[in-house]
Amino acid sequence: MSLKLVFLGRLADAAQAPERAVETVPSIASLLAGLEPDLSAMLGAEKIKIAVNGKIVVDRAVFTLRDGDEVAFLPPVSGG
Amino acid sequence: MAADVRLFSAPFEPGLEVDRFAAANPDAGGIAAFIGKVRPSGGVEALELTHYEPLTLPGMEALAREVESRWDVSGVLILHRSGLMEPGEPIVLVAAAARHRRDAIEAVDFAMDHLKSDSWFWKREKRADGWHWIEPREQDFADLERWN
Repeated sequence: MSLKLVFLGRLADAAQAPERAVETVPSIASLLAGLEPDLSAMLGAEKIKIAVNGKIVVDRAVFTLRDGDEVAFLPPVSGG
Repeated sequence: MAADVRLFSAPFEPGLEVDRFAAANPDAGGIAAFIGKVRPSGGVEALELTHYEPLTLPGMEALAREVESRWDVSGVLILHRSGLMEPGEPIVLVAAAARHRRDAIEAVDFAMDHLKSDSWFWKREKRADGWHWIEPREQDFADLERWN
């Protein structure tokens, strides 16, 4: 089973697609470690917020991912 | 009436929406409305707004509730576009109905400052040399500080 990754704004360019499916891993750290190094470094930056199933992750170091989760990477908003 | 908050993926008609909003708030002493458009000058050929469904609309709804809790308004309208837009097209309409004008005007000003700085939208512009992502502006954060 898998996780669905969603890349917003310029991150979609970096990931070369707005969405991607990856194999389920238990933590955000292991998720990032499994991606291309450039993309991983970009997504791991502090200013990039992460939402899992539509809720912002407060402490990404202890967050447990589950099969089927939607993980969204949110760069700083440019406003409406 | 309750707040009316909607996200459009295609063009909307601000005039028509304001008329409907006014009709839905017949007891208001006044209505303030702001319509934001894609700037028709400055070399921008097109503007694209991306949103994230699980966050964007709930965030706009939370903003409407905050407006209602801070000002004595009888109605709040927040309409926003996403997708591809051309210069001159409306992006946003915010309106507030209140017994007194200051509540309505300040409610709209507050909602606009928050939409500009902390709503879940990502924007890119098409210019002669291609697409450019728009970064947050310092001015938007300064505008937000006014309300603290």
